[in-house]
Amino acid sequence: MKEKRDLKIQAIENGTVIDHITAGQALNVLRILRISSAFRATVSFVMNAPGARGKKDVVKIEGKELSVEELNRIALISPKATINIIRDFEVVQKNKVVLPSYVEGVVRCMNSNCISNSSEPIKSKFSVLRTEEEGVSLHCLYCEHVISEEIAENLL
Amino acid sequence: MLFKNRHVISMKDFSREEIDHVLDTAEKLEPVARGEERSRLLDGKIVSLLFFEPSTRTRLSFEAATQRLGGQALNLGSVEASSVMKGENLADTIRVISKYADLIVLRHPLDGSARMAAEFASVPVINGGDGSVHHPTQTFLDLYTIRRESHLEDLRIAMAGDLKYGRTVHSLCHALSLYGAEMTFVSPPELRMPPEIVRDLKKQKIRVKETDSLEEIIGDVEVLYMTRVQRERFPDPEEYEKVKNRLKVTGDLLKAADPELKVLHPLPRVNEIAPEVDATPHACYFEQAFYGVPIRMALLALAMGVIE
Ligand SMILES: [Zn+2]
Repeated sequence: MKEKRDLKIQAIENGTVIDHITAGQALNVLRILRISSAFRATVSFVMNAPGARGKKDVVKIEGKELSVEELNRIALISPKATINIIRDFEVVQKNKVVLPSYVEGVVRCMNSNCISNSSEPIKSKFSVLRTEEEGVSLHCLYCEHVISEEIAENLL
Repeated sequence: MLFKNRHVISMKDFSREEIDHVLDTAEKLEPVARGEERSRLLDGKIVSLLFFEPSTRTRLSFEAATQRLGGQALNLGSVEASSVMKGENLADTIRVISKYADLIVLRHPLDGSARMAAEFASVPVINGGDGSVHHPTQTFLDLYTIRRESHLEDLRIAMAGDLKYGRTVHSLCHALSLYGAEMTFVSPPELRMPPEIVRDLKKQKIRVKETDSLEEIIGDVEVLYMTRVQRERFPDPEEYEKVKNRLKVTGDLLKAADPELKVLHPLPRVNEIAPEVDATPHACYFEQAFYGVPIRMALLALAMGVIE
C-alpha cells in the first residue's frame, strides 16, 4: 500500500511541497504562484489524492523554496494548506499557510466599473478578512466591492 | 488633529472626532460663506476642479468655497474637450495637475478613481464624487445640515426613496451610526436598503426599521431625508407611477409630523416634495444646499493646512 502511494507523490530532494490543498484547487495554487509554462523548475501535482481527512491536492516544486508571502497567498483559496520545505529529502520546515491581511495584483475586482479594471497603471488591491460565518472575503481598496465565494474564479 | 495634506476620499476614513472637527470649522467659516465677513485664508492658492462628468452643483459650490476664501479656482471645464488629457490616463493627468494646483477636486465616473488619484497626486485630493460609491463632501454637508437644523446625537431619522442605489444615504447611514442614530428606511420593496448595510448597522446596535409608508412614520422622526426615485430603476412604468405618489412629502402628510421635523433632500427634486412644503418651517433643502459652501471651505482650508 505504501509503495503505491509513493508512486503518486514522489519524494523530492530539495524544494517545496504544498500539501492539504483543498481538493480541486491545485491549478489555482499554480496560478497564485505564477507558475506557467515559462517556469524552469520541475513541478508535479496530484489532484484529488485520498488523504486521512478526505480528498486533497498536493503540489511539489523541485529545487525552489518559495517565499512566505507567495505561500500565504494560497490561504486565500485553501486556508488549510501546509508547506513543507525539503532539503536533502528531509522536511526541514513544516508550516501552515497564514492568511495575509492585504493582497496586491492577485485577484481581479468583480466590479466592472472599478478603476482597477481600467487601463490605469495600477494593480488591484484588497484587504483580506476572515469571519466564522462567511469565511475568507476580499475588500477592494479602490471601490470597496467585496469578493467572497468567487475568489478562485477571479485570480489574475 | 492633523488634516494638512490629507485626502478626502471616503467617509469611512474619518473618525467621529475628525468629523466633528470639520463641522466645527465649517461653523466658524459660515459668516464668510454668507458673504458677511471677508477672508484671505486661501490667498495665493489654486484649487483645480477636475470634473470628468458634469455636476454643476458640486462644481459651483467648490468654486464658491474657493473664492470666498480668497483662492483661485482653476476650472478645467469639460475634460473630454481639453487637450491636456487627450488619450492620457487619469494617473498621468493627476500627476500633471498636481504641478499646477495646490489641491485637486476630482469628479470621475469610475468607482475608486479618487482613491487612485490620491496615490499619484503630490497635493491633497478631495473626492467630488467617484462612480456610484463615494461622495464624502455631500455626506459632510448632510451631517452639517442635521447638526445646524436639528441635532446629531441620538437622532431619530427616516431616509426615504431610492435606498438601494442612493450612495448619499449609504454613507450618511455609516456616519450617523457614529452618533447613535435611530434609523427608519422608507422605500418601495424594489429599492430597499442593501441588506449588508442593514446588517452592519444592527451589528453596531443601531435601531433600524424598514417600511414602505411615510404616513406610518412621519410622527416619529426628527429628520426626514428624502431622495429621488428614478423612473429608470423600474422595469414597469406603472409601478413607478404608483410608487412616486406614495413617497411624496405634502402639506397633508406634514400635519401629522413633529413640529420640529426637518425635511432634507440632496436636490434636484422631481416630485418627492410638493411645492407647498417649501414655505413651511420643515423645509431645509435649500439651506442644505447652501451648507455645502461652508463645508467645502472647511475641507479645502484643512487639507491645505491654512487652518489646523
Ligand atoms: Zn474594486
